Amino acid sequence: MSSSALLELNQIVKSFPGVKALKGVGFSVTSGEVHGLVGENGAGKSTIIKILMGVHQKDSGSIKLEGKEVIIENVIQAGRLGLAAVYQDLNLAMDLSIGENFFIGSLPRKKNGFVNWKYIYEETEKTLNDLNIKVDPKKKISELSAAMQEMVAIAKTVHRNAKLIIFDEPTALLTNEEVEILFNIIATLKKRGVSIIYISHRLEEIFRVCDRVTIFKDGEFVDSLDVKETSEDDLINKMVGRNITEMYNIGHQKCGDEVLSVKNLSRIGHFKNISFNVHSGEIFGFFGLVGSGRTEIVRTIFGADKLSGGKMELKGRKYIPKSPIEAIKNGIGLLPENRKEQGLALALSVKHNINLSSYRDINKFSFVDKKEENKRADTYIDKMAIKTPSSRQLVINLSGGNQQKVVIGKWLCNDSSIFIFDEPTVGIDVGAKREIYILMEELAASGKAVILISSYLPEVMGIADKIAVIYEGNMMAIVDKKDFSEELILKHASGIK
Amino acid sequence: MKKLINKIKEGKLAEGNLILILIALIIILAIFSPKFLTANNIRNLVRQTSIIGVVAIGMTFVIISGGIDLSVGSILGVASIVSSMLMAGGMNIGLALLITLVISTILGVVNGIIVFDGKVPPFIATLGMMTAARGIVMLVSDARMIAGLPKSFTNFAQKTIIGLPSLFFVWLLVIIVAYIITTQTVIGRNLFAFGSNPEAARLSGINIRMLTYFIYGASGFTCAIAGILMTSRLSNGIPTAGSGYELDAIAAAVVGGASLSGGAGTIVGTVLGALLIAIIRNGGNLLGINPFILQISVGVLIVASVMIDQRRKASSK
Repeated sequence: MSSSALLELNQIVKSFPGVKALKGVGFSVTSGEVHGLVGENGAGKSTIIKILMGVHQKDSGSIKLEGKEVIIENVIQAGRLGLAAVYQDLNLAMDLSIGENFFIGSLPRKKNGFVNWKYIYEETEKTLNDLNIKVDPKKKISELSAAMQEMVAIAKTVHRNAKLIIFDEPTALLTNEEVEILFNIIATLKKRGVSIIYISHRLEEIFRVCDRVTIFKDGEFVDSLDVKETSEDDLINKMVGRNITEMYNIGHQKCGDEVLSVKNLSRIGHFKNISFNVHSGEIFGFFGLVGSGRTEIVRTIFGADKLSGGKMELKGRKYIPKSPIEAIKNGIGLLPENRKEQGLALALSVKHNINLSSYRDINKFSFVDKKEENKRADTYIDKMAIKTPSSRQLVINLSGGNQQKVVIGKWLCNDSSIFIFDEPTVGIDVGAKREIYILMEELAASGKAVILISSYLPEVMGIADKIAVIYEGNMMAIVDKKDFSEELILKHASGIK
Repeated sequence: MKKLINKIKEGKLAEGNLILILIALIIILAIFSPKFLTANNIRNLVRQTSIIGVVAIGMTFVIISGGIDLSVGSILGVASIVSSMLMAGGMNIGLALLITLVISTILGVVNGIIVFDGKVPPFIATLGMMTAARGIVMLVSDARMIAGLPKSFTNFAQKTIIGLPSLFFVWLLVIIVAYIITTQTVIGRNLFAFGSNPEAARLSGINIRMLTYFIYGASGFTCAIAGILMTSRLSNGIPTAGSGYELDAIAAAVVGGASLSGGAGTIVGTVLGALLIAIIRNGGNLLGINPFILQISVGVLIVASVMIDQRRKASSK
């Protein structure tokens, strides 16, 4: 096997400050093989790709290409070795033509020094034809559909004589028909002897296009299998097979009255017919892949995005938020997905950020009640155990965990009764994570309702009472705590009823 | 004053440095030019600075919000022409000035509407307003000065109160009101939040639409005050009044520590910035320094103050 291997990875180790991302993984890809790579978020898939593409350097281990050991120091070198990747955010210059993109950085010239456009477009057309992609090479990238842009990005790597192309979630943006076109291109590439590493959360695709599949879990190699000798259940088992730690299971009381009821909520292009009820004292989880529409659903409930259909009721009263202002007045607080871009005014003080939503309540004739402002800041710094030298410290100088607590403090300070937490523990260390879990439990125990969105399954399963599983904007199921199983939820999340 | 000293102690160096530089500059000028610290020169200096100083206060609101207002000079021109035409036509002075304030504020709010609802970048929106408003001024006035203003109005700018020009007291009033708004009120808190992170401000329930209208409206309002003062001082409505003021106002705010990326800036800083630039020009003239060299030094000052500010920020991270 290894004698005919195009790429051979052995005992690759990579550490980042505080995390061992890869703990000695390895697999091999033969010429003309489509090799699937699967694992949960954080399993180490993107790290290995970044090492292959020269974005990161491995700490130890070996990479052999056609039997020879290679060192990949940067992206340009990866390209010279014949390694290429097609990412979701495509590396194309949007305002240039397809042809220019193919030759970018090395435009062929005529004898007089001017660009040889004729050659560029002829060559580009040839490559596109070979792959059965029907598009005019003179068209600008920005004029193409998202799917066509992706095809062009793939063709570009072929044009640059890539021997191995890495596809990272290539179908995320494609419709079913476009996926078929993509699979045809993959078949063509295979025939030409190009090898492919195919990464996807959608397991059914792995079985459609891959010859073999490698499973990573928590930075470790689990197995490499022939797809014919395995099944989806088997793969999910191997991806998951982990004990849920005592991080969770803090336990809280039974839930009370219904506080939020959502019926057939839709937003065109994002999600449709979403219905669920949230009770006081409940932690309601949302699980789904990134881009499945979870964030859009809660943003709509919060009034940050406009809804295009459906009904909502808050404590039995009709509720149609036109802006976050109404949501906040009704006691809803949102801890956004990206705290630095959406949750915090980084250049301002902890005090200012904690009070950000409350100034309408703590003023006399529009003059800020500074005594109350200070009191509230100190109360929540204390209550949340925010590590800061003083309430005047700028938020930018705090750690990620403490920044997140400042955002939570803002909503506590505003006396919210429904808390929406969108990916609250991303980029936060383990200790702070645990504190945030305890806080959510305390909120629920004190009769508040908590909506938790997470891409990290053990987290949602650990603390949610119910999990709504979202796949491509559709609600696949609402699973009760007694029925929680990773297999079941992952199945729903990859579109299987 | 106590507040200023406290701020220096707290390490708000942008203002601290400015105060030190100002004091040093005043001492040097007092030593080298006997005329500098005379009552006459100080009156003159203050009178020159007050008008642009008022415009710079409005500009500071806009800059803290992360925007920019290039239309201030043209709106000042509108105020000058509107007020003088109404008064020359025999309207009651108070009513004429009120109408002037309303019109200029509306022009400012229009900037806010174009920026917020039209989603046009502030630079472009106010560039358009700058060009169009000046065009309106020229059209309405036929590009001519407007004379025949009532004596009681033109006398105002010549008056002094306890030895200082009346213009200075108007500036002081604007400074005090703006200082209170930025440091004591909900609008002030929301202004900084919006300038620091507009999306976080929106998701925290701040009414950013009304805030944007207020910010650009406030800038229009201060332009009207400046335009009225200038008309009184020059005893005529001048169609070209305020040309180039946008850059001086931005310079004062930026030297005073306001950040063009938003979220940072103080009224006190802007006042100090305006004074610093004015003193360099005034003192340089007294010392007989080539005015072009003064121009070069003001240019260097603007860039240097931002560079120092950036360093300070980088080191505090």
